[in-house]
Amino acid sequence: MNTSRPQTFYDRVAKATPGGELLGQCLQCGSCGGSCPSGPDMDHTPRALFAMIRAGLEDEVLRSNAPWYCVSCFSCTARCPQQIPITDIMYTLKQMAIQEGHYDHPHATKFSETFIGFVEQRGRSFEFGLATRYHLFHLIQHPTQMLKMGGMGFNMLRRNRLALRPKSIQNMDQLSAILNEAKAIAAKEEQV
Amino acid sequence: MTNKTYAYYPGCSLQHRSHAYEVSNNAVAKTLGFELVEVDDWNCCGATEMFSLNRIPAYSLVARNLARAEEAGSEEVIAACSLCFLNLAKTDQHMKKFAKVEHKVNQALAAGKLHYDPGSVRVRHLLEMVLTDYGLNTIKEYTKRPLYGLTLAPYYGCLLARPNSVFDNTEQPTAMDHLIEALGAKAAPFSMKTYCCGGHMTQISEATALEMIHKIVKNAADGGADAIVTVCPMCQLNLDVYQGYANQLFETEFEIPVMFFSQLIGLAMGFAPKDLGFGQEFISFSPLLEKIQEIPPAKVKPERRSKQALPMPVMPE
Repeated sequence: MNTSRPQTFYDRVAKATPGGELLGQCLQCGSCGGSCPSGPDMDHTPRALFAMIRAGLEDEVLRSNAPWYCVSCFSCTARCPQQIPITDIMYTLKQMAIQEGHYDHPHATKFSETFIGFVEQRGRSFEFGLATRYHLFHLIQHPTQMLKMGGMGFNMLRRNRLALRPKSIQNMDQLSAILNEAKAIAAKEEQV
Repeated sequence: MTNKTYAYYPGCSLQHRSHAYEVSNNAVAKTLGFELVEVDDWNCCGATEMFSLNRIPAYSLVARNLARAEEAGSEEVIAACSLCFLNLAKTDQHMKKFAKVEHKVNQALAAGKLHYDPGSVRVRHLLEMVLTDYGLNTIKEYTKRPLYGLTLAPYYGCLLARPNSVFDNTEQPTAMDHLIEALGAKAAPFSMKTYCCGGHMTQISEATALEMIHKIVKNAADGGADAIVTVCPMCQLNLDVYQGYANQLFETEFEIPVMFFSQLIGLAMGFAPKDLGFGQEFISFSPLLEKIQEIPPAKVKPERRSKQALPMPVMPE
């Protein structure tokens, strides 16, 4: 990149997000935080996070639980008077936190990784596998929760709402080739 | 009637977990005279999980479906799940808007001998397609058993209306309200109609999700709803399966069943409930099905003034 100043944390967030340059237009109006259904559980509202990004508080931003509580409902994005793609910025922050090993509350990342593991293997999501793998390995420290999930799983099975065997797409080679190439492109991007 | 065919992206949920949606979609399609043909060898859209991990692979995962639809000569593709709809539409829009995204995604697709020209496949949601291409009048023509006596809460959820709805208002959509009224039922006043159901939060931070579910269900109950009507398998799952857990947490006793909009249309078309996938839900529809009346309820003219109101001033003669 040919900029006169060194690349800041703000630059990296803006560059990694499609439409991220609009981040500079934030008015600090707070429509985002006020619209957010999971806002009360967040360490920082999106508005506060954006001010922190501008201030270069990289460590604090990437350690915030806010992106992990984002439910991707797009309420903030729809209401932002500056059309900032807030939900997409949340995705960027999640990716950066994972890359830099910052986030120490692992449930959200583990859930995503387990979900995508099945998609990469078979081309389709596999809920029975996701539920058993995620809950057995990641919630083993919460036995009551496991018991509850087991009960729900049984009720889902009884109503024929869970497949016990995963389905695969036919042309798995094609999908794997595309995903591997896409990952290589993404990895090259990070090095720049 | 000539059978029109639409390219169809059912999504993983409709394969098993929300099979009721698939069954009722096909029942409604058959009656209205169109056919939903699956995009050949479609793959999962990655939900929100792939976008949380790695953006370019996430776009590429979705774009494979668009490329395969384009290759098969489809000009539009219909998604029934709101999240699949958003992912397909968003990938198409972002590839069109951001040259960098388009370049990288097509570079990845080339590894699978595919290519996608953004804008060549129009992504549509099933609800929008049925209401635009067929419309309320056509649906009314096929209505054999109007749903008199029911009050239903139209729940749009997030992703049909946001971030940029193409066919309805983002904050206050009304398409499903009109559909409910056209089928003879009453649309409940429902201010939480686009509030989030919690999505995958039930798995990550359950209390967060249960609070959202509680708000939605309570709002539907306050509006006198006998059932909630939804357009998304994730919303149906959360509101139906987790309603009991939300009741435990908030010490409430709501029992509001949650159905798909195609099940609603199917009921009015006269299908037997079991042919529309009823029976897979956690909260039973039996009380609701018994409540449907043969004749429209008499319209009660509201009194102009309440009896408790203060007397009107009388002018001296």
